[in-house]
Amino acid sequence: MNDDSRPEWPLWEVFVRPQAGLDHKHCGSLHAADSKMAVQLAREVYTRRQEGCSLWVVKSSEITASDPADKGMLFDPMEDKVYRHPTFYELPESVNHM
Amino acid sequence: MAATAESIRLNLTPPVRYVLRIADTCLIHAQRLAEWCGHGPVLEEDIALTNMALDLLGQARSLLTHAAALEGSGCDEDQLAFLRDERDFFNLTLVEQPLRRGSAQAPGGDFADTVLRNFLLAVWLKALWAGLVGSNDATLAAIAAKALKETRYHVEHAGDWVVRLGDGTDESAARMHAALQRAWRYTNEMFTDDAVDACGLGPARSSLRSAWDAEVGAVFTDAQLGRPAHTPFLSTGAQGQHSEHLGFLLAEMQVLQRQHPGGRW
Repeated sequence: MNDDSRPEWPLWEVFVRPQAGLDHKHCGSLHAADSKMAVQLAREVYTRRQEGCSLWVVKSSEITASDPADKGMLFDPMEDKVYRHPTFYELPESVNHM
Repeated sequence: MAATAESIRLNLTPPVRYVLRIADTCLIHAQRLAEWCGHGPVLEEDIALTNMALDLLGQARSLLTHAAALEGSGCDEDQLAFLRDERDFFNLTLVEQPLRRGSAQAPGGDFADTVLRNFLLAVWLKALWAGLVGSNDATLAAIAAKALKETRYHVEHAGDWVVRLGDGTDESAARMHAALQRAWRYTNEMFTDDAVDACGLGPARSSLRSAWDAEVGAVFTDAQLGRPAHTPFLSTGAQGQHSEHLGFLLAEMQVLQRQHPGGRW
């Protein structure tokens, strides 16, 4: 739908919180001219079926991501450190979200 | 092939006409907005426009069902929408004007026309719903309470666009200004009472003026838009006397139920 000769609106990443008490989760991205418009359009595009009760938007260009080429260096060293998992003791029944 | 459906004849008392006027304004505005489906300037706004059209259609459906109950001859919402003649529609003339496909003689054709009409109407409907929430008709009050939330969002979304274009580039400002000149002459009808306004179900149109003026004026200030001069022209859609555009809209909207009466899919 865009005329290619015109600059595109910036891209925004959208985070939706499905219900009070849970975390905002990344659900997609969209184009918008400014942050207020991004929140409105996120509401239109990502919460049409009552998916959420709160929205965050952040400019995609503001996100600094890890380099996929560094995956080995960053994450592989944790492979043999099982003692970091809380698996050496019994959890009480009432603790659900560990 | 099935026979073409006959138009229905209604007992149009003032309360029935009062409810139909609001229902038809929502229905015809929804139909015009829905013409944008698949044609929006960007995907996200395309979805926003059709979401708003669906809100308005939902409001129209509730009101048509209620109008049918008040009218009392056993019609349903579909018959009221699809089997009434043009003269029995009571929408404001503004909403039947072409929107996406304009012409030299009528508003429309520019995205500025769409956001402006959406804004002018949403502010009017917001004032109307706010008054109807206190109606002595419990069904109308409940419909208004639900619609008020939807309409508050429409005001915000459309108002932001009016400011964005009015206070944007030289070109967007010129287009918004031109859209305003095209639409303004149809606003007199929004605030001019007739006998139906006095039926007692809800606010008369004249009582909506001060709230509408204040909210529209504040957004126009932000958008650097001047208010056009008052014109004496008074459109008459609310009396069932329409511009040449409603007939074409109804032909498209009603054709399926007219040719296949009671058809379902």
